[in-house]
This record gives sequence, C-alpha cells and structure tokens, in this order.
Amino acid sequence: MQPLSEASVALLRELVAHLRQSRTQLREEWARRITEAQLLTAMSKDEIFAEATAVYDNYVDVLETGSVEALQAYARNLSERIIPRGVQTHEVVGIVLLLRDVLARSLFAKYQADFTKLNRVLDAYEPAANRIANTVAVSFVQERERVIRAQQEAIRELSTPVLPVRERLLILPVIGTVDPLRARQLTEQLLRGIRTNRARVVVMDITGVPAMDATVANHLVLTVEAARLLGATVIVTGLSPELAQTLVNIGVDLSKMNTVGDLQGGIEEAERLLGYKVSPLEESPQQP
Amino acid sequence: MQVPILKQRDYLIASIQAALTDADLLQLRDALVAQVGTFRSRGVIVDVTALDVMDSFAVRTLRDLAHMIRLRGAETVIVGIQPEVAFAIVQLGLILEGVSTALDLEEGLAFLDKKLKAGSRAS
Repeated sequence: MQPLSEASVALLRELVAHLRQSRTQLREEWARRITEAQLLTAMSKDEIFAEATAVYDNYVDVLETGSVEALQAYARNLSERIIPRGVQTHEVVGIVLLLRDVLARSLFAKYQADFTKLNRVLDAYEPAANRIANTVAVSFVQERERVIRAQQEAIRELSTPVLPVRERLLILPVIGTVDPLRARQLTEQLLRGIRTNRARVVVMDITGVPAMDATVANHLVLTVEAARLLGATVIVTGLSPELAQTLVNIGVDLSKMNTVGDLQGGIEEAERLLGYKVSPLEESPQQP
Repeated sequence: MQVPILKQRDYLIASIQAALTDADLLQLRDALVAQVGTFRSRGVIVDVTALDVMDSFAVRTLRDLAHMIRLRGAETVIVGIQPEVAFAIVQLGLILEGVSTALDLEEGLAFLDKKLKAGSRAS
C-alpha cells in the first residue's frame, strides 16, 4: 500500500471506528448474504457465522493497520480447514467480495448526505479492500497448491515400492509411464533400498511400463550401473516387445543390462545368483 | 591426511575416513600397490563409506589402483559407495569397469573369500 496522507489516515480511522461500531449488524448481514448466495454450502450456519466473525475482525484490523500478515496467516489457516471439506475457490473469493460489498453499502448509507466525503472515504477504503480480497484469494490458492503438491508426492512415493522378497533380494515393480522426474525418484529409492536392505540382487519388473523415451531409458541404464557400484546386480524383467523395439531403435546401449523375459524368470535367475535352490518340499537352501 | 592400511589375514584394508586431497589419494595408491607385495596379500579392500563426494580424479585413481593391484596378483574391492555418490559417478560418465564393488566391508570380505576360493591360486 502506498503511504497514506494524513487526511486519509484520519478517514480510515473514522471508517474503522464505524465498522467496529456496527460490527454485529454488518456481520449478520454478511452471513445472511452468504447463505442467500448459496456459498459455503459445505458448512453449517453456525460455522459460517463463526468464521464470518473472525474474517470480519481480521478485515477491520487490516484496514486499521494496513498490514496483511495476520490476515494472510488466518486465511492460510482457514483454507487448511475448509479445503478438505470441498470448498471451492469461487466460494472463497465470493464471500470476500460479498463482505466488501456489504461494507461499501454501509458506507454509502452513512455518508450519503456528504458526497465529497463519501468520495474520499471510498478512496481510502477501495485500495485496502482490493488488497484484502487479493490476499485471501492468493492464500487460498497457495494452500490448495500445497495440498496438491503433497498429494502428488504421496502418489509418486506409492508408485515405486521397493519390496524385499528374500534375504538380499529386492523386487521393484514399475507400473505406468515413467517420466524423468519419476525415473529420478525410482533411482533414489532403489539405491537407498539396496543400502537399507543390504540387497545383492534386484529384480526390476517393467511389465507395467507401456513406453519409455530415450532419456528415461538412458537413466535406467545409469541406475543399473550405479546399483553395481553399491555391489548389487540388477535384473530387468518384462520388457514388452514394443518397448524392446523402441529401445533398440533409439539406440540405447543395453548391453550392460541383465534382462530376463518375465518376473518369474527374473526371480529364478536372482535365486541362482544368490545361491538359493528351490525344490518342492525338500528344503536345502545352500548359502553361497 | 594419511589413510591407515590394516593387514588382516590375506587382505589389506584401507578405510578412508575423511575427504582426501589428490596427493593423499596418490599416496594411498602407491602405498597399497607396494604393500600388496610386502605382505603377499591376495586381496585389497578400499572402504569409501565416509566419502560424500567423489570427483573424477578420485574415481580414476581408484580404477587405476584396482588395475595396478590386479597386475600385482591381487583382487581389489571398493566398498561402501554411497547411493548419491554412485549415481553421480555414473552420471558423470565415469566408468569403473573391471573394478569389483560391494555394499560394505563385510560384503567385501565375503566377496574376496568366495572369489579367491573359487580361483584357488597358490599364494
């Protein structure tokens, strides 16, 4: 906000005093209009009234002090509470604009006799009100983006599990399209998994990967090489015919990769490398 | 900082404890190559668990070290490469071809035991 002249500071102070005085009445008016406009349908009347009170007080505080920090914190906190209940962006923006409208109308009513004064009052009120509406909307959207990011992160983590199947043997099933970001995450989880599980063999099953581009394929090769530096062998299984064709066509060097047709074959190969011998009912697993 | 080299049965173990300068690395390489002969060791383990960063010079020196030691008639295992370091190495396109690696000291010892038993060379 630009520094205000002394006159407008005085005006703003008068304005704040007026809004404080008619707090009860304006608040009720606002809550009524919110219900009328069918905003915040996810919340009960009492809740709307309680939030309306808090927002109203914050609103007047901002007008008084010109500092939006408290309001920002409150708006973020409010968004945190109402986003899980399905409140939409247009509702939040709607209620703030409604409050702006309610307050402006009360100002019109108060100063209708003195037009020049009304003009000056609006000069002081409008920029502040716009700024408040802006702050609340931005806080809400930012909070939503934060929630979305957190969810994306969760989905990504779920999408690349590293599963120990036997002592020293990990399985890494990859399902769905692998973009560069996910490939990086996959590498990270695999290398960390090798370390924590002390794995010597990893079977990476990519049956569920429909396609792959050169960047991701090369990344995969690097991952296999990095795993070797940690002392683990990676067996890649389940390359579909299409994927095999693509990889050969784009010229990815797969000579260092240990590939087996399907997951079953991959596990058998891994057991062989680890020195396990699986035989029906006769238990004689020999450690190397 | 000088890296201590421990003799353990048929093996030499060099455990790097802190970031090394290039000169330290070369010194370590020379010491190991010399001591393999002195102690008639059959295996060398270089533990790099403590290293969070490895530059191209370090990687190249380790590779040279492994090749030199092979010429001296022993096997080398690099153990304890951190996941981040491992990926950084391959991303830089540095190849440790012909160098054995293992997860940690214990795995490295097991690897050497197995390898030397299978080879069963007369020491």
